[in-house]
Amino acid sequence: MKLKNWILQRHHQNDDQLLYTFGYIDEMAKKEIRRKILKAVAIPGYQVPFGSRELPIARGWGTGGLQVTLSMILPEDVLKIIDQGCDGSVNAANIRKFIQAVTSVDTTTDTNEATIIQTRHRIPEEPMGSGQILVLQVPYPEALREVEPSEAATRRMHAEGDYGRMWLYLYEDIVRYGEITISYRYPVVVNGKYIMDPSPIPRWDVPKLNMAEMLCIFGAGREKRIYAIPPYTKVEPLEFEDHPFRVEDFTGRNCERCGAKDTYLDEIIDDETGNRRYFCSDTGYCDKRCQA
Amino acid sequence: MKPFLQVRGLSKRFGKGCETCNHADLSEIENNLCPSCSTVTACLNVSFDLHPDEVLGIVGESGSGKSTLVKLLHFEYEASAGTFFLNGNHFAGERQNLLTLSSFQKRQFRSRHMGIVYQNPHAGLRMNISSGGNIAEKLLAAGWRNVSQIRSRAAGLLDQTEIPIGRMDEPPRNFSGGMQQRVQIAKALSNNPQILLLDEVTTGLDLSVQAKVLDLIRRLQHELHLSMIVVSHDLGVIRLLCQRTMVMRYGRVVESGLTDQVMEDPQHPYTQLLVSSQL
Repeated sequence: MKLKNWILQRHHQNDDQLLYTFGYIDEMAKKEIRRKILKAVAIPGYQVPFGSRELPIARGWGTGGLQVTLSMILPEDVLKIIDQGCDGSVNAANIRKFIQAVTSVDTTTDTNEATIIQTRHRIPEEPMGSGQILVLQVPYPEALREVEPSEAATRRMHAEGDYGRMWLYLYEDIVRYGEITISYRYPVVVNGKYIMDPSPIPRWDVPKLNMAEMLCIFGAGREKRIYAIPPYTKVEPLEFEDHPFRVEDFTGRNCERCGAKDTYLDEIIDDETGNRRYFCSDTGYCDKRCQA
Repeated sequence: MKPFLQVRGLSKRFGKGCETCNHADLSEIENNLCPSCSTVTACLNVSFDLHPDEVLGIVGESGSGKSTLVKLLHFEYEASAGTFFLNGNHFAGERQNLLTLSSFQKRQFRSRHMGIVYQNPHAGLRMNISSGGNIAEKLLAAGWRNVSQIRSRAAGLLDQTEIPIGRMDEPPRNFSGGMQQRVQIAKALSNNPQILLLDEVTTGLDLSVQAKVLDLIRRLQHELHLSMIVVSHDLGVIRLLCQRTMVMRYGRVVESGLTDQVMEDPQHPYTQLLVSSQL
């Protein structure tokens, strides 16, 4: 009954009525989104349409992830928000402040402490455990959009497992360039059935989804879709026997701050010297290593 | 010899249907339009067998239901009635009527066991994707996941269909009509189909190219022991390729038999007209 306490507390603070519900969006909307999340979890990789609500943030700025987070967050949750691995960048900071204002939950930058992590385009370096939820913001939920512009057609293709054209896209890539050139939004097969867009995470993060202990929920606010990967689900990137999937290669490089050699690195060009410098993209993890 | 493919009572209606077209003796009506409800009966009660290594011809004027029949067999249209059995397709001990499969199963079956060549290469090929890629698409749909195997298979097929292998990575839009048709044939053959459907493959090609394509089909049929269904309005094509022939009109089969027999001694007045009006 902690939610009740939150409401009571708010009533005490300002004697007026509450101007909004816990988590900002109204209870019926939260209920609808939670039902859609349940459906998404029940059919791994299937895109469930949902009624995307208006928020004080423009569509395309993480409203899908935000609605997923707001509809299931509780006062006792500990929240971490990241944007491209960074806890402090504009999108993350704004969303964190907003969620804090409407729920007053505790926030953290430590992956292990968080119960809900909302992220844009990265998965934290530290492995997440069972009981944690990863919410990903998705700009384009349809993995087949590259090969088929029509929504009706892609839905039929998913229903019939008609994935020849997606594979052909990869084949043509190999014929033309000698390898698959997709660097982010790398298509994956979830639970041996649906091809799914893992949101624009780098290849580096794709293997983290396979048999993961955490629940992953993907929210696309502008495109009005929710999909999910339940814990311990098989997630396989599309690959050929003679052209296996591979992640980014950072051999010989390491983070200049914390020295890590096993993390996804951001390349930064020094304004003064023009040299390339490398830093961990996951700032929370980098900070933790620096303090240790 | 036993047939490996059996089609019984295959029908396709476009429209709601009514008492008249359900019960009237349709052989009396001299078209396939129902007078009271305007339902078009594109195929009515078509039954036939196909034996292994056999080529069956379907001949008739435009609008006689030939192409509809092919589209029904290729699961592009949903049949209104009928059964379609193929040897070796059993489900729980019972022979499986392929027309009752789910669309997912139909697609699986089609990509693994069927090949089709359309009259218009634009219908069967992606003009902006390399010829090798066009063949690969079919193999990928059938579950091939090894690029070098796919490429050597595609190269072999293009060689068989007399396309220079050096042009494998060129898109078919750069090719002549006859070459496009040969790429289509290579694509259709890629999965070693149990049934190959040819829908007016030589229509629209000039005579010398027609002859080349027909030669190729005949040679491949011999070498690979293909079972084919050939649709054409051209009796010459049918005579050259097919052992047995069905004559269709207004969506119904009016005559069927050995090709020579149908050509030399036509029984039905329509077949007689067809044979006598040959140039």
